[in-house]
Amino acid sequence: MVDQRTIRMQVLRYHPQRDERPAWQSYTVPFTDDTSILQALLYIKDEIDGTLSFRWSCRMAICGSCGMMINGKPRLACETFLRDLAADAVRIEALAHFPIERDLIVSVGEFVAKLESIKPYLIPKEPRALAAGEYLQTPAQLARYEQFSTCINCMLCYAACPEYGLNTDFTGPGVLALLHRYNADSRDGGRAERMPIVNAEEGVWSCMAVGYCSEVCPKQVDPAHAVNQNKAISAGDYFLHFLKPKHRPP
Amino acid sequence: MDIFTFDIAIVGAGGAGLRAAIAVAESDPSLTVALISKVYPMRSHTVAAEGGAAAVTQAHDSLEAHFHDTVAGGEWLCEQDVVEYFVEHAHEELVQLEHWGCPWSRTLDGRANVRAFGGMRTERTWFAADRTGFHMLHTLFQTSTSYRSIQRFDEYFCVDLIVDAGRVQGVVTIEIATGEMRLIQAKAVIVATGGAGRVFSENTNGGIVTGDGMALAYRHGAPLRDMEFVQYHPTCMPGTGLLFTEACRGEGGFLLNSAGYRYLQDYGLGPPSPTPRNMAMELGPRDRLSQAYWHEKQRGRTISGPHGEVVHLDLRHLGERKLRERLPQICELALRYLGIDPGRQPIPVLPAVHYTMGGIMADEKTASPLPGLYSVGECSSIGIHGANRLGSNSLTELLVFGKVAGIEAARYAKAMSHGDAATVGALAEATEAGALAILMRPRGDERIATLRREMTRTMEDGCGIYRTAATLQSSCDRLAQLKQRYQRVGLDDHSRAWNTEWLLAIELGYLLDVAQAMAHSALARRESRGSHQRLDGFEQRDDASFLKHSLAFYRADQAPHIGYGPVKITHSQPGTRVYGAAAAQA
Repeated sequence: MVDQRTIRMQVLRYHPQRDERPAWQSYTVPFTDDTSILQALLYIKDEIDGTLSFRWSCRMAICGSCGMMINGKPRLACETFLRDLAADAVRIEALAHFPIERDLIVSVGEFVAKLESIKPYLIPKEPRALAAGEYLQTPAQLARYEQFSTCINCMLCYAACPEYGLNTDFTGPGVLALLHRYNADSRDGGRAERMPIVNAEEGVWSCMAVGYCSEVCPKQVDPAHAVNQNKAISAGDYFLHFLKPKHRPP
Repeated sequence: MDIFTFDIAIVGAGGAGLRAAIAVAESDPSLTVALISKVYPMRSHTVAAEGGAAAVTQAHDSLEAHFHDTVAGGEWLCEQDVVEYFVEHAHEELVQLEHWGCPWSRTLDGRANVRAFGGMRTERTWFAADRTGFHMLHTLFQTSTSYRSIQRFDEYFCVDLIVDAGRVQGVVTIEIATGEMRLIQAKAVIVATGGAGRVFSENTNGGIVTGDGMALAYRHGAPLRDMEFVQYHPTCMPGTGLLFTEACRGEGGFLLNSAGYRYLQDYGLGPPSPTPRNMAMELGPRDRLSQAYWHEKQRGRTISGPHGEVVHLDLRHLGERKLRERLPQICELALRYLGIDPGRQPIPVLPAVHYTMGGIMADEKTASPLPGLYSVGECSSIGIHGANRLGSNSLTELLVFGKVAGIEAARYAKAMSHGDAATVGALAEATEAGALAILMRPRGDERIATLRREMTRTMEDGCGIYRTAATLQSSCDRLAQLKQRYQRVGLDDHSRAWNTEWLLAIELGYLLDVAQAMAHSALARRESRGSHQRLDGFEQRDDASFLKHSLAFYRADQAPHIGYGPVKITHSQPGTRVYGAAAAQA
């Protein structure tokens, strides 16, 4: 028999058409050793209160839908287990630093707009016909960007980033990591087009190098590392700017 | 109601919908595309596909071999002309995705690497570690942002198709954030909404995989084809059904019973060898492996766990390095969810529902019998999977036929004009009234979760790996009752903004209709073929009576009508599926 206990879950509720400000609501939920926060929320939705709203889908930490603050830390609800939270009550609220649309649902639109703004697609260094087959890319070349390509867009790093909390114009860790993913791809020739975004005031120089983004990343993308690499590249560009002739000889 | 007018509307922005949208944009940038999804594109369930995408790649492989593996794997219920087109265009589509930036895993000399997969006689499965669907989806999504003619409607929930003057003319959606209805008028509609695995209780699918597009097309008269063929994936997590990719076995993993014995050798898949042999043992097709599990369970040779009877997926002999390089996500899942390090302990697994082979009937150009309606991906039955899909054919299918759907819908849309706005608007108003009636239903004696649980239970009990007329009839009866009770389902939430309970209620309606099509198609197929196995005197394949597609036709307030259609055979006459030692001799 599986050992079943109960836990009190405090959930920050907010309905835009009804509430002036968010307020806590408490639910008592049964759980076992393998109950995730997502399963507990689904239990509330199914059995106690159908009005509680949150995003979820894959249940396996790859779709990036269910990011939320769990006991004050940005985490994915599907891969956070009640057994690991040492407390008699768990506090769940919407991801920090984003406007709440309802309950645990935040606005994603601004993040996606940033993602779209960095030319997140391959700008080929050399065009290649389909009939010529794939570009050659060695495992070592792949390794230079692969880690940065595994971002699931869950936005936990934005909720962790103190700079983004102060200034939402900051391009932010996840999108800068994605930008670096393309710049570091041996097939890509679009770096010059993307560097103005890196160098801009909202680019890497807004980063205060706290590193909490990488700590909360559920996929070990290490956006802080991507940002640091780009600070070096950006600084190099800045100094090269003085050395290079303004008009290249023909 | 706000009306948006586009040339083409695409419902679903997973791999198939995105590929179709790009194909429209590339074929004619002047055509406007509405790409509609109830989630942001990168949340779509393509994201969860792990193992890879098939295409003939190596010099010693051949299109004929891929064709034959697919047709035999589908037990000759495939449209052979469509399979021919599929295998011919598979490679160029994977290369196209490479050119768009997909981080395919590589050989040492920089070419795309391939791995072994079940039922494939040669290694031909391209992969991006064990996150292939994730990388394909993100590559397609990010690439799609470079096409200006594609306008996304993220988090818009489709509640109906608009059908007037004998053709599809748009879709009615709920803008989820506000709960307001939006009509998207279009000359052609491509449905790319994925499968319906959530009609079963144990499944690998995300919560969004609720058969929406299947149900909508079905309600408007398009038949659902071959719905009795539901794939159980043999290696899933007990309790949750989460997937451990077939690549675990492609890389050399073993399946062991309670005695630590590689039991597949007792089911015509042996003899066992220490390293993977294509078409044998753990690299047999999914239907055979899930059936073998069922027999082991009957014989009492499985292992009792807190979430049911399991067997062991043993990866220990692969070594840490290979596990980290080839199966990183699997290791992470096992560790986080089960506390198991696959390098040191075997993983407990059992079969769970994974894939719907059937779907909206589509011709070789992805067109449905309903003019203006196209379908692609898991929601569609274009005919390449037959009675059992081979792993890694479906990711390639999204690309090959996503492109076809985009080109075909573009061609059709250019020849058509928009229908009468007043008529279309009136139809949309009627749809809105129906959706609002659901929204306003008071909390009554029936709850969404109760009905959903009973539906998934009866599907699991009656339409599982093995079936009889009695179990199937019981599912059919129960589903009819559940549809009655669904009329009385009540909501706690009657507000408009982000009312996900309202969406769940509508999704439950979709699921019930799709479940009925599955159960009734299965009851009518009195033979055993591929994933559809009967135990009540119909244990054999019966080509004389059932070498044909089943077609489920929707009938309001009664059971579906089940009809049949011919199977296209070009050059592979129905024969015997051979795996194990017999395959080595063939």
